[in-house]
Amino acid sequence: MAKLIGLPKTKEGYRVELEAFSGPIELLLHLVKTQEIDIYDIPIAQVTNQYLEYLTLMEELDLDVAGEFLVMAANLIYIKSKTLLPEEPVGIEEEEEDPRAELVEALLEYKRYKGAAGQLEELNLHRQEIFDRGEANPEGFDNDLIETDLFGLISAFRQVLTEIGQEPFKEISRSPVTVKEKIKEILNFIEGKGSFIFGEIFRNVRSRIEAVATFLALLELMKQRQILVRQNKVFGEIRIFKR
Amino acid sequence: MNPEEIQDIIEALLFASSKPLSISQIKEVLEEVDNQVIRQALLELQKKHAEEARNFQIIEIAGGFRITTLPKFAPWLKKLFSSQKKNKISKQALETLAIVAYKQPVTRAEIEAIRGVNVDGVIHSLAERKLIQVAGRKPVPGRPLIYRTTNYFLDAFGLKALSDLPRIEELKEVGEDVVRRFASKN
Repeated sequence: MAKLIGLPKTKEGYRVELEAFSGPIELLLHLVKTQEIDIYDIPIAQVTNQYLEYLTLMEELDLDVAGEFLVMAANLIYIKSKTLLPEEPVGIEEEEEDPRAELVEALLEYKRYKGAAGQLEELNLHRQEIFDRGEANPEGFDNDLIETDLFGLISAFRQVLTEIGQEPFKEISRSPVTVKEKIKEILNFIEGKGSFIFGEIFRNVRSRIEAVATFLALLELMKQRQILVRQNKVFGEIRIFKR
Repeated sequence: MNPEEIQDIIEALLFASSKPLSISQIKEVLEEVDNQVIRQALLELQKKHAEEARNFQIIEIAGGFRITTLPKFAPWLKKLFSSQKKNKISKQALETLAIVAYKQPVTRAEIEAIRGVNVDGVIHSLAERKLIQVAGRKPVPGRPLIYRTTNYFLDAFGLKALSDLPRIEELKEVGEDVVRRFASKN
């Protein structure tokens, strides 16, 4: 933070266009590209210095330097230190890998997806030139439904438990139903219908433990964003929709 | 039903539908008509629209067919729908989306390994926009969620199917390439 003193002047000095990088790998790729460096033979000391300079610049410009950028800096310094060390005499069998290999692989893989992202953007722009009937009615029916919150769900579940009633005391046995099975069941149930009423899924439930498993399965599916839980008004009927 | 009639009915179905209609969906309506006949009718219809220079076109997209306006009307339509303008997809989101599209099913950690940044927020917003969805969990320790692109993704990017994605070189080749290059240096 001490670097920030007397910052305005520095800021004026750097009237360069500063691209926002989506991550440390993109920044590194940028350096490799602008320096016309052979990606397979990265002068690691030079690149590391430039990378660190860039980080300082970003800090001075008060850009948010995410922790990931620092991790990459540490990684670069590590590789640099490795290349500086005298090579240990190694056996013929275990030839040591170039410490830069992993970095190069990461750069190339990232570059590939960055390219793909560019192509996707292009496709998206083209698609936006044509309009279809969906435009007028983007979300269909679930516009006027409200999202059910956890409390709404829990009170509906309590209702279900009340209906099942207390079970007589008996020997405790291993639960015959699992949440996993229930998830499958719910997904099958919803597949054909698109949606169902909260109570429906509990209709054939025989024990409290089964009801609990079913409820947990619903919560898990909500978390996985595979289903939507909606109601038309507060305390209204809860409906489960397929996403 | 003669071919003309079939084409007319299909055109009506496409016109009224807010989503792409697959051949099997059309088949459900036309019952006794063969899939092959339906496909033929769609192609004829497509041709007719193009030849007669109508103001609409029929395109194959997201596993089905749909009627759309021609690109030349875009300036006016954009004006009409300017109030519901969708936010542009950010660069970060596009990169993440590309990784999901080409590597699916994929976990968050796998995406982060490639992009080198945390992708929690981006994943959330892509799911919110219905471009990706959770497709279960990976059977590895921690059982992380796995993601796939949606049908809507295909539609939003004008793709017929995932196989229609622009080709990027096989990732395997990259690995081999690196190994070879580094090996040849010594």
